[in-house]
Amino acid sequence: MSELAAHDAHAHPPGFAHQFEDVAQQKEAGTLGMWAFLVTEILFFGGMFTSYIIYRSLHLDGFIIGSHLLEVQFGATNTAVLICSSLTMALAIRSAQTGKSKGTIITWLILTMILGAAFLVVKLTFEWYPDYVHHIVPGAYFGFQNHAAWGANAPYVQMFMCFYFFMTGLHALHMVVGLGILTVLVIMTARNKFSPEYYTPLEISGLYWHFVDIVWIFLFPLLYLIGGRYPGS
Amino acid sequence: MSEHTEQGAHGHVVPIGVYVAVFLALMCLTALTTGVAYIDLGKWNTVAALAIAVVKMLLVVLFFMHVKYAHGLTKVVIIAGFFWLGIMITLSLSDELTRGWEINPTGWTSVIPFLHHLF
Repeated sequence: MSELAAHDAHAHPPGFAHQFEDVAQQKEAGTLGMWAFLVTEILFFGGMFTSYIIYRSLHLDGFIIGSHLLEVQFGATNTAVLICSSLTMALAIRSAQTGKSKGTIITWLILTMILGAAFLVVKLTFEWYPDYVHHIVPGAYFGFQNHAAWGANAPYVQMFMCFYFFMTGLHALHMVVGLGILTVLVIMTARNKFSPEYYTPLEISGLYWHFVDIVWIFLFPLLYLIGGRYPGS
Repeated sequence: MSEHTEQGAHGHVVPIGVYVAVFLALMCLTALTTGVAYIDLGKWNTVAALAIAVVKMLLVVLFFMHVKYAHGLTKVVIIAGFFWLGIMITLSLSDELTRGWEINPTGWTSVIPFLHHLF
């Protein structure tokens, strides 16, 4: 009992869990654990990238027709939006590291959320909804107005659009989860949970947010660009 | 503790200038990869797009995700992750690209048309 009393008596940094040697070790363990999760995410998305590469190699013409159905300006805009959100996320973490006020941290977090939401709004209103209107969402009447032009490639154009919707859909789902995580971080910051000694939840949530950005960094060229956009491509 | 001294309990604080430089580089590379798609480089369009994506990924991983300043164990785990991704892609392609060998037993050169088809 006296041991416990002595233990409670000495000061602990906020957020420090007793099983760790010190704050640095705790942060290292948290970061390593998050990366172990992100490695499973790399392989999760990697399965889709692998099948995309293989089916693209088998049905190149259909995939290029499909790629040309996507509008580069929206993909490029969304890439820029996500890069901005990665910067604001990095600055939110930096604000916590350098002991800035919680208002500053929350401002950067909210900016990150606004940019994340902007990505989803662009995706839904300028890409997915027009795709639905133009019958290029895979289904019974997929691209019926273009079947004459596509000829034998039509099934593979549809296959490309399946890849497109599954890959961007899964990515968008990760964005929605990221917005939920950011909401929790805003609440935790408002409740003074973070300090320069302890900001691990911000740090590892940042890892997740940047990872989702990296997935898009690969989806953008693979889906929108590698068919070429020059005349005659 | 000795290896922690330069990092301290507060973690490595990356200068704002580095973040802004990485951000600007990422924006320029996005413009570059978009622009290159409108120029006919033949097979090299794919190579350029993927090379730029890899550079952008490295910038995000090293600086935004602080891996440049991370401990060795974290780096090993990350490299292992990408190594396994490499295994998944390479072994899957080694099956897919060599199926022509059965009906065309001319040796390894029969893989070339398939490689061309990839791009």
